Amino acid sequence: MNTLKRIAVWLDDRLHLTALWASSAGHEVPASSGSWWYVFGSATLLCFVIQVISGACLAFVYIPSTNEAYTSLQYLNHVQFWGWYLRGIHYWGSNFMVAFMSAHMIQVFLFGAYKYPRELTWLSGLFLLLCTLGMAFTGQVMRWDQDAYWGLSIGAAILGRIPLIGGGLVHLVLAGPIIAGETLSRFFTLHVFIIPGLIIAIVGMHLRLVLAKGINEYPRPGHRVRRATYDAEYAEIIRKEGVPFVPQAIDKDLIFSAVTLVLILLFALIVGPKGPHGEPNPTLVDASPRPDFYFLSLFAALALLPDWMETFVMFLGPALAILILIALPFVANTGEKSASRRPAAVLWVILAVLTIVTLAWFGLTSPWSPHMTAWSGDPIPAVYLKGRTPLEMHGALVFQNKQCRNCHALGGVGGERGPALDAVATRLTAPEMVRQVIQGGGNMPAYGKKLTPAEVSALVAFMQTLRPQATPPSQNSAPPENKLPRDVAQILAPTAPSGKHRP
Amino acid sequence: MTEPEVEDKHERLAKSAVEKSTRRDWFFMAGVAVNVAAGLLMAIPLVGFVFSSFSDRKDPRAWISLGSIDNYAEDTTRLATYRNPFTRPWDGQTADIPCWVRRLKGNQFQVFAINCTHLGCPVRWFQESGLFLCPCHGGAYYEDGARAAGPPPRGLFEYNYKVENNELWVKGGQMPTLANPV
Repeated sequence: MNTLKRIAVWLDDRLHLTALWASSAGHEVPASSGSWWYVFGSATLLCFVIQVISGACLAFVYIPSTNEAYTSLQYLNHVQFWGWYLRGIHYWGSNFMVAFMSAHMIQVFLFGAYKYPRELTWLSGLFLLLCTLGMAFTGQVMRWDQDAYWGLSIGAAILGRIPLIGGGLVHLVLAGPIIAGETLSRFFTLHVFIIPGLIIAIVGMHLRLVLAKGINEYPRPGHRVRRATYDAEYAEIIRKEGVPFVPQAIDKDLIFSAVTLVLILLFALIVGPKGPHGEPNPTLVDASPRPDFYFLSLFAALALLPDWMETFVMFLGPALAILILIALPFVANTGEKSASRRPAAVLWVILAVLTIVTLAWFGLTSPWSPHMTAWSGDPIPAVYLKGRTPLEMHGALVFQNKQCRNCHALGGVGGERGPALDAVATRLTAPEMVRQVIQGGGNMPAYGKKLTPAEVSALVAFMQTLRPQATPPSQNSAPPENKLPRDVAQILAPTAPSGKHRP
Repeated sequence: MTEPEVEDKHERLAKSAVEKSTRRDWFFMAGVAVNVAAGLLMAIPLVGFVFSSFSDRKDPRAWISLGSIDNYAEDTTRLATYRNPFTRPWDGQTADIPCWVRRLKGNQFQVFAINCTHLGCPVRWFQESGLFLCPCHGGAYYEDGARAAGPPPRGLFEYNYKVENNELWVKGGQMPTLANPV
């Protein structure tokens, strides 16, 4: 025996490395689990490791003080050697982590991996999901800019809706009665110490359970899980077609992880880090806060929900979703694993993904938000002004000056909060327009106090010209609930519909 | 060695094990109890420190000057800012808080919090249409702060104010939410 080998044997005798290897990396897994579908868990873990390393590097420079965080971020972006790149890696690492974690969860759900005997593996994964979303929100606060400030404000306003303890919770989360110095310290502690610590602990449990209960075999349609027989069946699978995870089943994980790492590096290089946008100065009130993409769907839901159910959905919705996900492995503990025999499960995934993606798209475009500069910035299409009477031209001015444009588009430009008005004259008669402008309604404010009768006349005269060529103005087209009695409408009517031909 | 002797030895061993374990058990229980007590002693300051916002219930609000009332023309609404009274030396510009001041006539004012009552985003004032508009979810308020449209559950939060020696004061210092309105 040569010396090197003797040293190796001595080390193994003292450190029990062979035993450790056999019970971890070298443990036997079903050959069927070496599939491209099984790569998302390890990719998520890789992202977490990238986050820990890049985050630790950023913490060398970042200052978690409300007075200096913004400056230190600017320093990282522009002065610190490769600071912008590490910020980019940390930002894109977080995006990929959330994306792959979602993919992992969907795969585990569709492959029935949560069923007997892996209930606790699923639960620990669920807590990892919640922790990761916690990291995403607190990380958004670390980017101490306008979005971070107003994002906290939104968070506090949501908490403030909880009955009884809402007020105390707001103070607890903000570390005081208002967003100030200690708020950022609190979120820094959560982002850098508490939640990562929890994640490391739960990842340990998650992996331990994968080893103890074995990775889920690739499900076969028609093969049902039974509590009485499954353990023996799994042992049989391992005996027949078991292969050591390293090196025989890790190949695809390795390739996918390397691709992930390269993608994160590329996105960081090409797209770069996010922000910081706008100083964290609350007195700059022309902010339009938007959350990072993970929370855009929630942001959109809060705009689109009817008022009366909003508070319930805000709290019961997430609580119910979490409860369902906790109950899932116990309720659907046995039976078919294969997605091809579980159409309802597939439909649930499609429904959830479509809902979240659609809401996130709405969150991105925010059609419910007034365009704050449309009234002064967006032109009126020339065709709507050509050959108009002075009264109608004046109406067009009133339309812009009174900021109608912030919510109503003309020629495809302007706000989308209210309906586009390009053909409004085919929908509303002049008296109906007067009523709508003066009294508002249907989610439109009332302008009765802000418009003189002359301005109303001009505005309505202008709007009566907004109709396609050769289409007559509406005589009586509005739904009944928008109708005033004819005689009232006639009293209010300042002008008869102009019968003028369109250019 | 005969059979009974062996049995006797086993019995003795078992007996002594029982006796020993009783003493060990007592030590073990005592050890657990002492650690629980010490842990509780540790927990009191920890919980008190982290959750101080629940025990420290004194009103954080204070009277803050918004300057001479001559800064605010009658029948207009404009932005005013103040330094938050609840402040730390390292707050930076974060402690500068904006609010909308509407002067009606003489000493009659309305001072609105910047935060939309829906979810706390900063509302903007539009003089021409006399509306406050929120950039987040499209809430709208009339010039007197009443809800006009959109998802807000109520009108704008309004500060208590007073005019003393030609100076406008408001009572502020906490973030207005539905649970703690101004």
